[in-house]
Amino acid sequence: MRVQPRAWHIDMILIHCPYCGPREETEFLYGGESIVRPLEPSAETDDNWARYLHTRANNADTVSEQWWHSQGCQMWLWVKRNRTTHVIDSVRPFGETQ
Amino acid sequence: MRFSALSLFRQSLNSHNGWPRHWRAAEPKKRYDVVIVGGGGHGLALAYYLASRHHITNVAVVEKGWIGGGNTGRNTAVIRSNYFYSPSAAFYARALKLYRNLGNELNYNVMFSPRGLVQLAHSRHELEKMRRWVNAMLLNGIKAEWLDMSDIARLIPALDLSQNVRFPVIGGFLHPEGGVARHDAVVWAYARAASNLGVDIIENCAVTAIDNSSGRVAAVETDKGRIDCGHVSLAVAGRSSELARMAGIDLPIESYALQAYVSEPIKPVLDVVAVSGTVHAYVSQSDKGEIVVGSGMDAYPSYAQRGSPSTIEHSVAALISLFPDFARLRMLRQWAGIIDVTSDRSPIMDRTELDGLSISTGWGSGGFKAIPAGGEAMADLIASGRPNSLIAPFGLRRFSEGALIDESAAASVAH
Repeated sequence: MRVQPRAWHIDMILIHCPYCGPREETEFLYGGESIVRPLEPSAETDDNWARYLHTRANNADTVSEQWWHSQGCQMWLWVKRNRTTHVIDSVRPFGETQ
Repeated sequence: MRFSALSLFRQSLNSHNGWPRHWRAAEPKKRYDVVIVGGGGHGLALAYYLASRHHITNVAVVEKGWIGGGNTGRNTAVIRSNYFYSPSAAFYARALKLYRNLGNELNYNVMFSPRGLVQLAHSRHELEKMRRWVNAMLLNGIKAEWLDMSDIARLIPALDLSQNVRFPVIGGFLHPEGGVARHDAVVWAYARAASNLGVDIIENCAVTAIDNSSGRVAAVETDKGRIDCGHVSLAVAGRSSELARMAGIDLPIESYALQAYVSEPIKPVLDVVAVSGTVHAYVSQSDKGEIVVGSGMDAYPSYAQRGSPSTIEHSVAALISLFPDFARLRMLRQWAGIIDVTSDRSPIMDRTELDGLSISTGWGSGGFKAIPAGGEAMADLIASGRPNSLIAPFGLRRFSEGALIDESAAASVAH
């Protein structure tokens, strides 16, 4: 049998869920950058509230993100991911130190 | 040199060896009135309109790579004005109007082909939403024609209209003014016209810093040295957050990969642009015969100019559900561009809090169709110092004022 040449190859992101082990990105949903919600929204100025809602660091290097293992254990995770190389530095359950 | 039947004839006598360069390759001067960062469609259009409409010609366009090598060269070339809200309708209608005469104005064949765009509905709920959408378009003065199943069968014979499938096509509308243009030609046309008016186009020249030490923009630092300037305008899809950060400004932007695919060329089979928001596919056939397919954006932010394989699977499934015959096509190319996405999926065209810095960003997946109007409006903003009424709703302040233009919810496709 003739072996098909591999013209190009791209990998899925593999996220090491602390509960389930290594799983492909399609099991997860991206849930935004790890940002802190102001504790008293009504005490914030409109500008600060808009900053919380809309403004993002959006770095091209490593960013702390929130991911939901929706097709697995359904736990929320903090994921430190490089947005140019997709290399993941760490995955921790919510509640632990980022 | 003007392009004409006569010049074509003359060049043909010389085996087409005498065509001159279309634009000058410039090296940076010490100082410009305006430095435009980003040599894509928006940046070059801005340069052209600054020079042609406002006679501001001491202008440089600095581009990290080659002009048109970013998202202007990575889109699916679709041009449309089928938006829901009136600010969007007015703005994109202006873009469409400028596109219609662009070939004449710039003396360059941009291959604008208003072949019509068919938007498909797959459920009763979508159909009801679509009626509201069509009514909004008509109220905004945009042409739209409601299509029944026989119209759709006539317009797109290759489309699968069987009803026993997961997402049966049950209706749709035609946006007759929509279509495609040749994306590279749009870039080259603006570059040539701007260059002829005295604009310097500087390629392979990345901006590494923006000097704002005096409280206003004074210069940009680049690979080719420092360039003093009175005004800097950012038009850098996929790098807006990183560039603005050099000036100490955070933006309401996230950057995602957006993928597209091109098949092997086949005989003419599809002479409109077919769009489905439900299965999420943009499909058209290029002049060369290739089937051009656009995806929805990837599921997570990325600065890597390659996409996630799961998105490819979704797009191909969408394509085949609409056009089962295309299952036997081989895809020739796949690529991704990095798009800057705002939370309301509408663009940002505005001055910034830093004096002398303006920005055009947040174009999401739809920047190409807006190029002429975006460039024209930003030129107006730089010349007059404030946004005109066409782009005033698309300012940075709308996020804290809550005056969002939420086209993502309204038009049911990612922009």
